[in-house]
Amino acid sequence: MDAVIPSAPSSAPAARAALQSHVVSTLAKILPASCILYRGEETAPYECDALTAYRQLPMVVAIPESEAQVAAVLAACHALDVPVVARGAGTGLSGGALPHAMGVSLSLAKFNAIVKVDPVARTAVVQCGVRNLAISEAAAPYGLYYAPDPSSQIACTIGGNVAENSGGVHCLKYGLTLHNVLRVRGFTAQGEAVEFGSEAPDTAGLDLLPLVVGSEGMLAVIMEVTVRLLPRPALARCIMASFATVESAGAAVAAVIAAGIIPAGLELMDKRMTAAAEDYVHAGYDLDAAAILLCESDGTPAEVDEEIERAIDVLNANGATRIEISRDERQRLQFWSGRKNAFPASGRMSPDYMCMDSTIPRKRLAEMLRTIGEMEGRYALRCVNVFHAGDGNLHPLILFDANDPDEMRRCELFGADILETSIKLGGTVTGEHGVGVEKLNSMCVQFSAAERAQMMAVKSAFDPAGLLNPGKVIPSLQRCAEYGKMHVHRGALKFPDLPRL
Amino acid sequence: MSADAALQRLRDRVLVARDSKTALEIRGGCTKRFYGNVPRGEPLDVRELAGITSYEPTELVVTVLAGTPLLELESVLAERGQCLPFEPPHFGAMGTVGGMVAAGLAGPARACVGPLRDFVLGVTMLNGMGERLTFGGQVMKNVAGYDVSRLIAGSMGILGVICEVSLKVMPTFPACRTLYVEMDETAALKQLNRWAGESFPMNASAWYRGRLYLRLAGAKAAVARALEGTGGRELEPQAAAEWWSDIRDHRHEFFSLSDAQLERGECSWRLAVPDSAPPIALPGEQFIEWGGGQRWWRSAAPASQIRSAAERAGGHATLVRAADKRPGVFTAPKAASMNIHKRLKQSFDPAGIFNPGRLYPEL
Repeated sequence: MDAVIPSAPSSAPAARAALQSHVVSTLAKILPASCILYRGEETAPYECDALTAYRQLPMVVAIPESEAQVAAVLAACHALDVPVVARGAGTGLSGGALPHAMGVSLSLAKFNAIVKVDPVARTAVVQCGVRNLAISEAAAPYGLYYAPDPSSQIACTIGGNVAENSGGVHCLKYGLTLHNVLRVRGFTAQGEAVEFGSEAPDTAGLDLLPLVVGSEGMLAVIMEVTVRLLPRPALARCIMASFATVESAGAAVAAVIAAGIIPAGLELMDKRMTAAAEDYVHAGYDLDAAAILLCESDGTPAEVDEEIERAIDVLNANGATRIEISRDERQRLQFWSGRKNAFPASGRMSPDYMCMDSTIPRKRLAEMLRTIGEMEGRYALRCVNVFHAGDGNLHPLILFDANDPDEMRRCELFGADILETSIKLGGTVTGEHGVGVEKLNSMCVQFSAAERAQMMAVKSAFDPAGLLNPGKVIPSLQRCAEYGKMHVHRGALKFPDLPRL
Repeated sequence: MSADAALQRLRDRVLVARDSKTALEIRGGCTKRFYGNVPRGEPLDVRELAGITSYEPTELVVTVLAGTPLLELESVLAERGQCLPFEPPHFGAMGTVGGMVAAGLAGPARACVGPLRDFVLGVTMLNGMGERLTFGGQVMKNVAGYDVSRLIAGSMGILGVICEVSLKVMPTFPACRTLYVEMDETAALKQLNRWAGESFPMNASAWYRGRLYLRLAGAKAAVARALEGTGGRELEPQAAAEWWSDIRDHRHEFFSLSDAQLERGECSWRLAVPDSAPPIALPGEQFIEWGGGQRWWRSAAPASQIRSAAERAGGHATLVRAADKRPGVFTAPKAASMNIHKRLKQSFDPAGIFNPGRLYPEL
């Protein structure tokens, strides 16, 4: 995608240049020259995260090498009233790390050390820039692993996972990042050391950890994380079940849960998605099925046998047309490879795709799928579907061409329609990708003005000056008022080509 | 009375209290008044706000009004083979769901299934301006905005009146069996840490006077196999259920402090420490739960001695039962965190009307 939408009204170039030179000279007292970037060609790699439709060159990029430098950079920016946007690997899907035109992007890439793996306490202490998968690799010699596994786990960092409260395909059974993080340590916007959570079961006072996890870099800058490690299950096996309709697949999902089974993973893909994935990685999917379910069981061999047997009974009773169970680890990973590569596989079907991330009650899956099918006609765009069905988290991928302004416009309307339908069905606009800048408008629909004001007050409690990643997650009253007006005229905007963010 | 009418009445009370800066003590069944600093303020009873709003077993979610008795909720869940897996304590028959969430306490299974806050999906509350606010929702995965609903869990009612909560529920385990073995404290702690690092279906543990009790829960075959491998003696199902609920609700002899004992200065302390922390030496008697993560002490030692022992072990200490709570019930957070606490309290409850002092004197 290459549509360029500025993130803020562009400030007068002269004012920006003056502030930039002031910030650069201030930071030069803290950081070596090689750790400060500010020329356009140097800062270009930082202009977006994985939501590439939104781009903004940062005023300055700071790449500190020590925690003392991070604290000093924060204190200096605070003194100058300059916004700071913390950044990990830049794999976020909602523009949470989109730079601020008048701010410093704080790259934490150099903090990539695994501080300690403690096999007795089953914990790992890692710096924020450690990759998700690297934690499990470091824990593997002790038979332990870190459970949350977002699809981008080979690249995304634990600091980013904490910022977004990332999920993955196994969070139905093992929880999200919040459920697997014990403690985080970092700095406030002023550069003051602060810690949330504990290696003990709880902390005294208010539980601030759940606020910080998923706060998209707006409450504190996280430097170090203690994660809980779990014993790696002795065995995992995956069932691939085919269904003649997506409705029957959706019903089977509810039936599995109703039977008291909590699978390690329970994923649904529709026919177009399986075709694309099959073409891309040859996962062995049933291409005749209207939908397939991947249902994984893990644990001791006895537990897995018992659960797989129960799950197969339920799937058969709910109209599965074909059932295949992974023979071995190689085939299990092959089943998952298609699912984990759903996004890049979609990328081969279309010049661009927009990935949605809403969550709805499981019982509404079939209804949602039908509605998305109708929307395809209404907006004249294709949409392929892949779901974390077990927890109702949808990832419809709308296929479009960003070079066609009308397709881009229809795609945005299609996306907003999916999000608002999700709210109507009792769900939420984002299950795991975060609000960032992408879903700011939808936040106006999901939350009342009083709720948004309370959230803004929560931010101020942590960051009274409002300098950490401002403009993300919580839309302003003014923005919501404007969105409310646009809403009335949906599809008949007065200035359809005017960038609105 | 309808929920809307009950909510409106609560809202009116909040607005009057705000305008007159009158302290309110938010109350349900009053089963946990012993917990936290001494309550003060005019009673604000939420029990008119009662009933299960929605329950769909296949969604694993129940939405319930705050004044609903916890026992009622648990029996509705049990009819469908589901439960609140964190095993909330009752401390009496009248406890409510709102009180459960506000206190944030969990029972024996906590170490293996997670804390109460992990099961909170959404909260509707009244803040100190009488605004009705809903955070979170009814779905498992939700990262829209800050996770305020989980901040409310365990906040001792200082941020607002909990009106309704949505909770994640889980199926009860197909098999659940309890055994005990004779083992000293050091060996028990080592063994508990070892089990936690293996695929071992441990669901709860308790160590008291040289004996380690274990509850195993999970698939039938897995529990049977683990039981065989562990040795020890098995408790009959009825005796096992009573053993664990007596611990959960503090009916076990260890937790009963007579008035005479309280007058002599004996207190009951809860130390939350990393479960791998070595044995803690203090005067008095100890009861260990949560795989080593929760260590109860019945002791007459000074608060400072107990708090520093907890801190050295990497945790904190809470004064649970005492004749004199002047030493403060909860360990104070560090300055940077306390500043955030104060600003949060100010933002939710600017007039300072909700449960003042119940968590910390300054909040």
